[in-house]
Amino acid sequence: MKRFSGFNLIGEAFRSHQGWPEHWPDKAPKASYDAIIVGAGGHGLGAAYYLAKKYGITNVAVIEKGWLGGGNTGRNTTIIRSNYLYDESAHLYDHAVKLWDGLSQELNYNIMYSKRGVLMLAHNVHDVQSFKRHIHANRLNGVDNEWLTAEECQAYCPPLDISPNARHPVLGGALQRRGGTARHDSVAWGYARAAAALGVDIIQNCAVTGIRRGADGAIEGVETERGFIASKRVGVSAAGSTSLVMKMAGLDFPLESYPLQALVSEPVKPIFPCVVMSNTVHAYMSQSDKGELVIGAGTDQYTSYSQRGAFHIVEHTLAAICEIFPIFTRMRMLRTWGGIVDVTPDRSPVLGKTPVKGLYVNCGWGTGGFKATPGAGDLLAYTMAHDEPHKINAPYNLDRFRNGRLIDEAAAAAVAH
Amino acid sequence: MLLIHCPYCEEARPEVEFVYGGEAHIARPLDPSTYSDAEWEEFLYIRSNPRGRHHERWRHTHGCGRFFNAVRDTVTDVFETTYKAGEPRK
Repeated sequence: MKRFSGFNLIGEAFRSHQGWPEHWPDKAPKASYDAIIVGAGGHGLGAAYYLAKKYGITNVAVIEKGWLGGGNTGRNTTIIRSNYLYDESAHLYDHAVKLWDGLSQELNYNIMYSKRGVLMLAHNVHDVQSFKRHIHANRLNGVDNEWLTAEECQAYCPPLDISPNARHPVLGGALQRRGGTARHDSVAWGYARAAAALGVDIIQNCAVTGIRRGADGAIEGVETERGFIASKRVGVSAAGSTSLVMKMAGLDFPLESYPLQALVSEPVKPIFPCVVMSNTVHAYMSQSDKGELVIGAGTDQYTSYSQRGAFHIVEHTLAAICEIFPIFTRMRMLRTWGGIVDVTPDRSPVLGKTPVKGLYVNCGWGTGGFKATPGAGDLLAYTMAHDEPHKINAPYNLDRFRNGRLIDEAAAAAVAH
Repeated sequence: MLLIHCPYCEEARPEVEFVYGGEAHIARPLDPSTYSDAEWEEFLYIRSNPRGRHHERWRHTHGCGRFFNAVRDTVTDVFETTYKAGEPRK
């Protein structure tokens, strides 16, 4: 890996930038590894990076069915925040936000983390009470979140319509100033480059076709399209396909996979300074550095692996966007796409050990996994290195669906987030 | 948007008339007090989530209002068939 620095940039300028090496080599699988990660999205690559960097396990392979960062990592709306209600959630997501800070420097790769603030709009009395409760809970957990009046909301985000006759009147909003966005592809690329530099093999176009368990039930390795790869530790970070991978190990999971859509407009000059979310009418939006308005829609109602959703879902979201931001009613949308999100019954992730020895899982992030990328990677790596969950991810075990200790963030947010 | 054939109305209608009801043929416990935690977990939370044929419930909310079952391919989203509640698994 050749570091990006002013010195190297000037040096390369003298030879037409011919000396930059590839970001990561495309590796063929070795016969065995100390640890295997299934899924080369941001979460999986992050886990590989932290295994090598923090926990001293460098003989690691990341196996990916398609191409690196081609799943939900490259399809989401890149929103980062940690203003969750419950203690467990606040600790988990804030762990990630702390890692986002300084990640560009750590990876020597510009992931463009922009703390532009995430503003969540309150449209009715219930929203106001619920968000104020969130703000107090967040403050007790050391997570910044503050209440803005409607006028302050509009000052923070001028395109907002706060007139009392609006279809969705704005009564105020909760603002997390540390929240914001990052460049999603760069996150995958940055982790891949940094992990490869530490000795991690990134193996693309190599679907896992089976999981081999020994006589004692413990993991022996994975069968892939390019042959058997042995490892006593396998971490699965396969998002919407996690159920399928887990079935290969003989495990049934409390997961369902739904299509989730996003869309972008034609690029325009900077007009939208922050992220605005409206849970009640289910619309959220930000503006990318390219100038496109990035809009997130809701999930479809049915389970699917089709990676595309229904048009009426998009229409519903755009109707809300047009009411809240009348200035955008004549914007043209450029592209829509869908990803497949794995949703748990309590809308909180599963991150930790499984009943199979040597098999670890990081799944169930539903519609909000991007914000957790560094945290989830770090915690999966910790769990795999120690064969014990970190205290932050200990509550996110599978047992909670049996003993009832759910982390019911769905009820707390009143929306899939 | 999906076009869904309601077996009661005997008509294909747009998806917005229907509400998805989750996986089909999950029987409620007949004697709940004897259920163990593991059995409750299985009943409440574990879902097959297959890639391919999926048995699922739909309700024709803005129509006849009745629940029925369907078989849909979760990769293509094409319905193989729909049938009335109470009929055996297809």
